[in-house]
Amino acid sequence: MSTSTSAASRIKPWLPLLGIALLALALLVIAPAMLSPFRLNNLGKYCCWAIVAVGIGLAWGRGGMLVMGQGVFFGIGGYAMAMHLKLEAAGPGQVPDFMQLYGDGSMPWWWEPFRSPVITIAAIILVPALVAGLLGFAIFKRRVKGAYFAILTQALAVVFATLLIATIKQTGGFNGLNNFPSFFGYSLYDPVNKKMVYLIAAGLLIVCLVIVWQINRSRFGELLVATRDAEERVRFLGHDPANIKLIAFVIAAVMASVGGAMFAPIAGIISPSDVDAAASILFIAGVALGGRAGLFGPALGALAVGYGQSTLSERFPNEWTYFQGALFVVVILLIPGGLSSVLKRFRKDVARQTTELRGLTVTEPPTEVKVHG
Amino acid sequence: MRNSRRRLLAGTAAVLTAALALTACGSSSDEAGSAKSCVDTSGDTVKLGFLNSTSGAMAISEQTVRDSLTLAAEEINADGGILGKQIKIVEEDGASDPALFAEKIGKLITSDCVAATFGGWTSASRKAMLPVVEANNGLLFYPVQYEGLEASKNIYYTGATTNQQIIPAMDFLKSKGVKTLFLAGSDYVFPRTANKIIKQYAKELGIKIVGEEYVPLDKDDWSTQVAKIVQAKPDFVFNTINGSSNVGFIKAYYEQGLSPKTSPIISVSIAEEEAPAMGKDVTGQFAAWNYFQSVKSPENDTFIKAFQDKYGKDRPTSDPMEAAYTSLYLYKAMVEKAESFDVDAINKVSDGVTFDAPEGTVTVDGDNHHIAKTGLIGQINADNQFDVVWSSDEPIEPDPFLKGYSWWNPSAE
Repeated sequence: MSTSTSAASRIKPWLPLLGIALLALALLVIAPAMLSPFRLNNLGKYCCWAIVAVGIGLAWGRGGMLVMGQGVFFGIGGYAMAMHLKLEAAGPGQVPDFMQLYGDGSMPWWWEPFRSPVITIAAIILVPALVAGLLGFAIFKRRVKGAYFAILTQALAVVFATLLIATIKQTGGFNGLNNFPSFFGYSLYDPVNKKMVYLIAAGLLIVCLVIVWQINRSRFGELLVATRDAEERVRFLGHDPANIKLIAFVIAAVMASVGGAMFAPIAGIISPSDVDAAASILFIAGVALGGRAGLFGPALGALAVGYGQSTLSERFPNEWTYFQGALFVVVILLIPGGLSSVLKRFRKDVARQTTELRGLTVTEPPTEVKVHG
Repeated sequence: MRNSRRRLLAGTAAVLTAALALTACGSSSDEAGSAKSCVDTSGDTVKLGFLNSTSGAMAISEQTVRDSLTLAAEEINADGGILGKQIKIVEEDGASDPALFAEKIGKLITSDCVAATFGGWTSASRKAMLPVVEANNGLLFYPVQYEGLEASKNIYYTGATTNQQIIPAMDFLKSKGVKTLFLAGSDYVFPRTANKIIKQYAKELGIKIVGEEYVPLDKDDWSTQVAKIVQAKPDFVFNTINGSSNVGFIKAYYEQGLSPKTSPIISVSIAEEEAPAMGKDVTGQFAAWNYFQSVKSPENDTFIKAFQDKYGKDRPTSDPMEAAYTSLYLYKAMVEKAESFDVDAINKVSDGVTFDAPEGTVTVDGDNHHIAKTGLIGQINADNQFDVVWSSDEPIEPDPFLKGYSWWNPSAE
């Protein structure tokens, strides 16, 4: 490598950190100062979806696993948090209001642990990790991949939502869980506390980005990309691709769960329609829109989809769903690498003219629309 | 060496983020106080929010409510407005998604600063909106019959609660000499709660429940459940299915040889709008509501004419549409009685506010915010209209928690 490029190549690895810092500045300082409480709360919702998207970026963009059922993990986190908030609202020894209304007023035993804030937070991390771990182990060891994997995860989201709807007395059924007056003792009717909840969600998004950035730079990150692009070769080199995929799948699941956990107090509700197959597809759509392989693509895509949904529906209350659908079709057809790939391609063209061609640029998946296994 | 530097930087980034979060948090804690109403009625207009699903699965029903709300607003404006102020409508789409209803009602109240909101259809959407309207001390008018067991100082319920629809329907069945009843419903809160009430009241009336089946809202295959009805041969089927799932139920019902002659159906969600969309001739079946297009009154004639002049001769009018139309007029009456758009001022005077609605005179109950309505049973005729075959004759006082019914035990199964 010539000396003229070495300075540039030394700075380059740190560029993502600069991006993360800029995003942190925008989300944690500028947004709270500029936006009304209502808009900020909406942004908080988009941040929750973005947290899910960052995980999908790792599993799908980097690992090639098209996770079509992240709603399941989003739901585990969301319902775990919502159960705690319902119990908090009910008071010590009391039963959530909807169980008195729709059932016989008795509480199932598995609600009891969620009275504890510590157990709730632990459950938000550990339950999805365990579920994804067992599931991933079964799937990847059997070398289920490609479309089969995608269908399987999608089916799980359908099963999960159906189960929730059928268990009205335990989970609120179709209505889901809502009406949370406080969040770990802080009244959610107070705008200052609402802002705090937003900042936690935005902060967690930044943390997730830092984690994925570190993973991408690590040896594991390289192995993950290698597994995506040439699983058999990775196997010949003595690694078990199943384990590599499993780790990425578990991390994505935990992130989805964290996003769901913050979604419940911010949106004020979690219901089957937030976690079903359609919701899971919307997660994927955001990631595809932003660009799945980059660090920022998934998060920015999810933020854009959330923002687009709110603004489009406010401007065109009657036609907005058509616009939204058309937007996805256009992006997938014309720029399958997502919006961030347009930027990257432009940058690469410039780079190609000024510096020598470097050998390895495997960070981007092929641009054709294809389900990777 | 490089690796450790990397870790250090990552650590710094994390600390930086946390610090940023804390400073932002600290600075914000200066702004104290909770949400204050931003409603501005100093000009010659008043903003009202209409929040219905104009997309998604519920759009087909909720659009009809939007239409009649719009009609009422235009009529009121043509007549001089509310307290002399013209209504300015702010429309939002709830997209059949409870979380979006929560978001949009927050927007209407805190960002658009509307004086009151009108809309919602499913219980899920109402339950999602309730904490938001309460937190911001807003006002919501909810126009659809529902499962009761709720009252909020920030919501007015202009549809029926259970003692104005479900219980009259059971009284009607008793008067018909029904001995056995089969319950078929969608799997969500309204049918489950309605059936809980039906089962307890049936025991009181001496009617035997010979089956109870549920299918999720978005599923329309009812063949196995209907097979059970065929086996049970009930005198009547009580149908609490909601939405398009009814089509699948009705299809299976007729295909398996059932008819109004064998086991007639009494529905609580099939109205003028839905009857022709069932794909089968449903003549002879029954429905329990508080309004039918066939109701004879000068107010109803005016309502139907105005609605059809605006939207077309082929458009039927139905109970939820009428309740929505009525809700806007009731709001106008409340504001004019209070001489203010302030929510607390309205709540103070709302008790006893009346309106000569198309369904008959309705009166607001200031305690539970429901309205007194007459219970009606209609039988579908060949024109997909309902002939009224039973009436409670006078308005029934709303009792959302069924306190006046000794047989009701909320904690029993």
